[in-house]
Amino acid sequence: MTNRISDETIEYVGILAKLELSGEEKEAAKQDMGKMLDYIDQLNELDTEDVEPMSHVFPIHNVFREDVVTNQDDRENILKNAPEQKDGAFKVPRTVE
Amino acid sequence: MSKQYETVIGLEVHVELATKTKIFCGCSTEFGGAPNTHTCPVCTGMPGSLPVLNRQVVEYALAVGLAANCEIHQYCKFDRKNYFYPDNPQNYQISQLYLPICHDGWVEIETAAGNKRIGIHEIHMEEDAGKLIHDEWEDCSLVDYNRSGVPLIEIVSEPDMRSADEVIAYLEKLRMMIQYLGASDCKLQEGSMRADVNLSVREVGAKEFGTRTEMKNLNSFKAIARAIEGEKNRQIELLEDGKKVVQETRRWDDNKESSHAMRSKEDAKDYRYFPDPDLPPVVIDDAWIARVRERQPELQTEKLARYQKEYGLPRYDAHILTSSKHLADLFEETVKLCGQPKEVSNWLMTDAMRLLKEKGQEPEQISMDPRHLADLVKMVGENVINRTIARDVFEAVFTENVNPKEYVESKGLTVVRDEGALQSVIEEILEKNPQSVADYKAGKQKAMGFVVGQTMRAMKGKADPAVVNQLVKELLEQR
Ligand SMILES: [Zn+2]
Repeated sequence: MTNRISDETIEYVGILAKLELSGEEKEAAKQDMGKMLDYIDQLNELDTEDVEPMSHVFPIHNVFREDVVTNQDDRENILKNAPEQKDGAFKVPRTVE
Repeated sequence: MSKQYETVIGLEVHVELATKTKIFCGCSTEFGGAPNTHTCPVCTGMPGSLPVLNRQVVEYALAVGLAANCEIHQYCKFDRKNYFYPDNPQNYQISQLYLPICHDGWVEIETAAGNKRIGIHEIHMEEDAGKLIHDEWEDCSLVDYNRSGVPLIEIVSEPDMRSADEVIAYLEKLRMMIQYLGASDCKLQEGSMRADVNLSVREVGAKEFGTRTEMKNLNSFKAIARAIEGEKNRQIELLEDGKKVVQETRRWDDNKESSHAMRSKEDAKDYRYFPDPDLPPVVIDDAWIARVRERQPELQTEKLARYQKEYGLPRYDAHILTSSKHLADLFEETVKLCGQPKEVSNWLMTDAMRLLKEKGQEPEQISMDPRHLADLVKMVGENVINRTIARDVFEAVFTENVNPKEYVESKGLTVVRDEGALQSVIEEILEKNPQSVADYKAGKQKAMGFVVGQTMRAMKGKADPAVVNQLVKELLEQR
């Protein structure tokens, strides 16, 4: 494995992903991420000079819907997904600001 | 302050599009529904749900981009902007980073200093976030996802503005343009148009830009002007004290007329954008662009020129009439029915504007039926009612939308032209005012005005002034 992930990097990625990792998990994640980067290095060996960057896996474009209301009030069902609810709203821990 | 400073301003303007449904699902965008009644698995970010793009969003974005002289990315796509915050149930906002639909355009603004082009860096499509309400009782936050997924376009300007005047003129220009296109109602107070101000200062003549800050929470033109002034002075003071401007987002408090640095939504501002795999790319061919161009309505600048040329209105009048699409429509529909553009313009410019001011309303709120205004103009033109009465009738038409013909009839306000009836009224006044008769005979023309005034008053304003003038003169001469 040539790509070594530093402790700082794994810490930072953890913060961005809102993950709390134990020391063991951090080590495992460092290994995994290193392998992924090695694979990217392998891909980079290919000559992609004349290849358009791909932005979607299927060769389709322009999938639209018309501007027509199709959904009715389904709050009761939607709120079943809320860990907690109050006054018809999703209740979450208080946010800053 | 010894040094001369220049303010450099760029704007990020979010505009809520006037679609009936959200950008990626068939939920209504209607304002004011009870919390979470306009939601579905897509706009609440449920796993396994699939967003499908609303075609009308692309149409509106194209219309605005073409009106702003932009180039179009004919192959464009959506990207995910990742951040954690409860207003964003997916933990990413679908936006456009790499290939925004429109780029490299400009709009022309007009200020006291003259005309100037403001560059448009790009316009991209994205989704709005939900709304958080803080519950003090339980010390928690309540989330309403009715706004989540409402379509927005973000218009990013180049840092081309140098004063609050230019910023206001630019925003007015965008607002007018977008309202005329019907793409949004652009109300700052209600949040359908939101402006973030990026501002830096530098010494006059400096080549490099200074460090900029981003100001948020600006919900009126006045607040924007005050925030610009405040931030400019704050940055100059820092520099004068030998301190540095910190690049940060600041929140403007219009009541305190000051700003404070905002705590970041994310511990690190690293959005890790990547192409959204749920949404296939959008390909906009030449024919589509041509169709949108074809459909573009007459915009304010063109209307302004036409009103002067076609209707012979002064530039000032044409400017006021076209400053609201609603007002311009009312004007044109009325003129179609009764002609007399100058007369129609006068009613709108003076009486309508006065009444709006008294009520503290915007031109958009005028509910007057153009047929009613046309009838009123005709009645004045045909001398069915005189001008004094007409102003009262106008007020009734304007505030209560009454039918002016019926109103005039039911109140008996038509002009009295019966010379016999007028004659006896005038005779009576002359009897009571021998001094006026004597004054007139002694060559004092003013005395006649007094008699005319008395007659009009006795007739409760309903007499035809021309007829009264003529009769008073005749009767005075006869004495
Ligand atoms: Zn929805």
